[in-house]
Amino acid sequence: MASVALENVSKVYPGGVEAIKGLSLSIANGSFTVLLGPSGCGKSTLLRMIAGLETITDGTCKIGDRVVNDVEPADRDIAMVFQNYALYPHMSVYDNMAYGLRNRKTPKPEIERRVREAAKMLAIEDYLDRRPRALSGGQRQRVAMGRAIVREPQAFLFDEPLSNLDAKLRLQMRIEIRRLHNRLKATSIFVTHDQVEAMTLADVVVVMNHGRIEQVGKPTDVYNRPATRFVATFIGSPAMNLIPGRVIGRGKVEIPGSGTLEFDPDEFEVADGTSVEVGIRPEDMSVAAPGESNGFAIQPEFVEELGPNRLVHGLAGGAPLVLSVSSSTRDLGNGAVALHVPEHRVHVFDTTTGRALRRG
Amino acid sequence: MVERRPFATFLAHVVLILGIVVVAFPIWVTFVASTHHAKDIMTAPIPLWPGTQFFENYRKLLFEGMINPTAGGVPMWRMMTNSFIMAMIIALGKIFVSFIAAFAIVYFRFPFRMAVFWIIFMTLMLPVEVRIVPTFKVVADLGLLNSYAGLTIPLIASATATFLFRQFFLTVPDELAEAARIDGAGPVKFMKDILLPLSRTNLAALFVIMFTFGWNQYLWPLLMTTDRQYLTVVMGIQRMINVADTDPQWPLVMAAVILAMLPPVAVVLLMQRWFIKGLVDTEK
Ligand SMILES: Nc1ncnc2c1ncn2[C@@H]1O[C@H](COP(=O)(O)OP(=O)(O)OP(=O)(O)O)[C@@H](O)[C@H]1O
Ligand SMILES: [Mg+2]
Repeated sequence: MASVALENVSKVYPGGVEAIKGLSLSIANGSFTVLLGPSGCGKSTLLRMIAGLETITDGTCKIGDRVVNDVEPADRDIAMVFQNYALYPHMSVYDNMAYGLRNRKTPKPEIERRVREAAKMLAIEDYLDRRPRALSGGQRQRVAMGRAIVREPQAFLFDEPLSNLDAKLRLQMRIEIRRLHNRLKATSIFVTHDQVEAMTLADVVVVMNHGRIEQVGKPTDVYNRPATRFVATFIGSPAMNLIPGRVIGRGKVEIPGSGTLEFDPDEFEVADGTSVEVGIRPEDMSVAAPGESNGFAIQPEFVEELGPNRLVHGLAGGAPLVLSVSSSTRDLGNGAVALHVPEHRVHVFDTTTGRALRRG
Repeated sequence: MVERRPFATFLAHVVLILGIVVVAFPIWVTFVASTHHAKDIMTAPIPLWPGTQFFENYRKLLFEGMINPTAGGVPMWRMMTNSFIMAMIIALGKIFVSFIAAFAIVYFRFPFRMAVFWIIFMTLMLPVEVRIVPTFKVVADLGLLNSYAGLTIPLIASATATFLFRQFFLTVPDELAEAARIDGAGPVKFMKDILLPLSRTNLAALFVIMFTFGWNQYLWPLLMTTDRQYLTVVMGIQRMINVADTDPQWPLVMAAVILAMLPPVAVVLLMQRWFIKGLVDTEK
């Protein structure tokens, strides 16, 4: 197992598309890192550059201590699991898993041992003689993982391996992947555009957008302390509310036409009079109890019932606002409703750069 | 069929039976004619049931050949061997060359790749008949007249098969090649271990088409060979009919026709198993 380090890598596809723009990232040995971002942000490109399937236009890619820019994929000692599994259709499950080892001249008994062991781990022992065609999607997925596991590589690379599965199976495989990781402790890089997958699987989440990294951090960090407006709105569902406002004193921001909000002045540093964007998650607000003051008013427009909770869509000072309340909350009626937000749940972003205005 | 409509079924059978009669009847007549004395089939009514000369006619044809000036007593087995060798070399050669060419075009990035492809593609419009004079000159200058090499090589370079293989390779998911690359299979290994087995339905189909194509060659062998050693079946039959002053020995000609038909039929029957296996097994 090894760490992976990218220094200033960029990728320009023939035809001029700049998919990765000078990106640096270091992935710790044994960690489970998830690359998360919207479609087309360059996640797959980055993963494929690490795998060696795409050339690196600029910068260096290191696996362990070795610069691998010009090393063939087979010699990088990585294993990859593809979205469509990419199993060899004409080979049995056993041969699919053994193929890479045979090409590396691994002794036969050793191949046998590793394949059996992986098959046992993945509960596919009964299918070893079958062709991939005769397997269900979930079973194929396991075979694809088995093919990676038997290689005992330095790093596992996954490119949206669960997106072809139905919702229930996806959940199950997600848990299994995590369990496998806890057991094998192998460096894993996992690409997905599903934030739930990212939050539940990752030790470290790398949020990407337009070929750049927006934030690297623990799942709780990217949720609780988003570094940019993009991360703030990308993570969390429904998305974080962004409301334009103006700082009117230490830890105080005015929402024009709606009220005044307090934020944590030890967390955010903003000069008086600055125009900012205030970010509040729908689930961080509640209907103000008498005496609670930190908040502003929402003019409810319509309500979505989701079962356990309820989304109230409305306007606050002219900006659209979504509020998530528990289903047991009383009906808000039609008039303006005062809301309360704990001050440490208020995020402040620079209007022009979109960066969170955190101290330090 | 899922649908059960008696009239449609009846109609379908009528059409099929008619089709079979139209195709099979002449073959039957040919076969019957090949089992009679020459004089019997020249008098009306022509017989419709096999006669007594089956063994005699076929033995004579196969091992002695026809004694007339043009066919010159080349036994039929000789011609069939020639045709078989020619058809096999053409079919296998074409498949081999096109497979490799298509592999290069699809899986390697080299300068002028598309230009190469289009040049190959354009030769589709230049079958041997069109380029026969220059091709003849080249073969003659290389001293390949009257040889199997001369008979087959000009027919091997084949844009059709290259094109078909290319189209097939394009349907094979890229991830398969990438997975193989990560699994440590170089280009040749990938071709051998993965592409080749996946192509077997195509290989079988092309083999049938190309074998028949090679077997039926007429114009090129006619130009290329003057030596009776290299007489092929199709040329041979033509020469059997071409006799001066007497009637052709029809029973023997008919026997030759029947024999000429057998190898392509055998190839189709043999390869059919592969098609079906391929069709059932294939999954990309
Ligand atoms: N072979 C290619 N040639 C040219 N441009 C490409 C190529 N592959 C990807 N791109 C472009 O590079 C950008 C990043 O693509 P990439 O496949 O890495 O996105 P992604 O983040 O994996 O998206 P998704 O979630 O949809 O898989 C996109 O704008 C895409 O159009
Ligand atoms: Mg992708």
